[in-house]
Amino acid sequence: MDKIEAPHTGTTIIAVTYDGGIVIGCDTRVSIGNFISNRASDKITPLCENVFLARSGSAPDTQIVSDIVRHMVHQHSIEMETNPEVKTVANLCMQITYNNKGANHGHGLSAAMLCAGWDKYLGGQVFALPIGGSMISVPWGIDGSGSTYIWGFLDAEFKENMTREEAESFCITAISLAMARDGSSGGMVRLVTVNEQGAFRKLTTCQELDTFHEDMDVRGLQNGLSGMVV
Amino acid sequence: VVPHGFVPTESNAPGNVDANVPLVPSSGGAPFAITEHNQGGFQHTQYPYVTGTSILALKYKYGVMIACDMLGSYGSTKRYKSVERMQTVGKNAVLAASGECSDFKYILTLMDGLTTDDYCLDDGQVLTPQEICSYLTRVIYNRRNKFDPLWNSIIVGGVGEDGDSYLGTVGMIGTSYTDSHIATGFGAHLARPLFRERQYDDMPEDEAKALLDDALRVCYYRDKQSINKFQVANITKDGATISEPYALSTAWHYNAFVNPAAHAVGTW
Repeated sequence: MDKIEAPHTGTTIIAVTYDGGIVIGCDTRVSIGNFISNRASDKITPLCENVFLARSGSAPDTQIVSDIVRHMVHQHSIEMETNPEVKTVANLCMQITYNNKGANHGHGLSAAMLCAGWDKYLGGQVFALPIGGSMISVPWGIDGSGSTYIWGFLDAEFKENMTREEAESFCITAISLAMARDGSSGGMVRLVTVNEQGAFRKLTTCQELDTFHEDMDVRGLQNGLSGMVV
Repeated sequence: VVPHGFVPTESNAPGNVDANVPLVPSSGGAPFAITEHNQGGFQHTQYPYVTGTSILALKYKYGVMIACDMLGSYGSTKRYKSVERMQTVGKNAVLAASGECSDFKYILTLMDGLTTDDYCLDDGQVLTPQEICSYLTRVIYNRRNKFDPLWNSIIVGGVGEDGDSYLGTVGMIGTSYTDSHIATGFGAHLARPLFRERQYDDMPEDEAKALLDDALRVCYYRDKQSINKFQVANITKDGATISEPYALSTAWHYNAFVNPAAHAVGTW
């Protein structure tokens, strides 16, 4: 490392549509170089009641996008007197990343995000917002450094119109598989499910995740402290 | 830099090359000049590819314990998860290394050579851990001087003939020293402070194991390139054993972890 690095999420994020809404998932690791500066971060940010943003890439870049969009969406929902549509919120995110390609000495914003939510017109929707400033409507999306390890899994195993339980379990498995191989992803798995009833958060620790090839099964182990807190 | 057995003379210099510049035969073609740019056709400076992370070691009442995880990383990919980064050498020593896995394998073949020589001599002498560490220091330092390093941080632990515990380390540039507790890589930053607080040479075995486990746990929490799968080597005057792989329990149950962005929406 020649220069000081901005904290990178080096992440795995996923968002899938299911029959009735969407599920977003992420890992919880933030690293600076090889050091894990935060092992319990929350990479899924609410933009409004019914739309969430999963963030990967540069921590400050994605944070400022979510802050600005949250502010704009708040005003928008006051004027419209209702929750915004998912594609409106996603479009606002895209406008920021697309129109700031000159930022950071011409590199643009290092923001690769998934914007997903539920609205009464089109139901559950997922929009991929990769680096470069595109916005693409997709039935499922993944991003972050860990996503490279699970394209095969998603391509083979994703099914349309899953139930909520199937979709949540599917996201947990996908993130776990990525965490098993990506050094930049790890920690716990956070999920947010959004449907007509609202938004629901869920946290899954390693004690509840499946064990994959050559890892050790830690499901029976208690929360370990041994007189020391880290 | 001239390879063994090749003598550069005026007669094997192509016409338009300065006769004072040493020449090397290239593969199947005409000799070419060694320059800074091509380093004479030899690769010297290396980059590590498959790497192991921290090794932790400490002395306790009956000998020495060494611990490490079983991951071979390939950049930031956790590629190989059953890599044994420790090996017994002779009867009473254990060698462990972080850094490039292939270089560690090569070092083990050197150790095989030493122990085979001793076996053939058959004079009852056994390599002591201190001798192993000195030998490795010379090997590593000489490689460093040729700009062709073995990309490892090595720990040698064991119990000598007289019953004294030995714990030494050799860095990839040839720095070498002994201490009551040693750690390489991230462990040097994360584990050694714990060792400074809690390690003492007389400590009982269960206390030493608990301390090592706590240190391994911190390294697993905070080092990206680590997995929850460890081995511990235990060397006493009766010999050296390396444990089966095991996992540690980890703590994730804090209230603050459940909704960390509750009071600052948009934070990590």
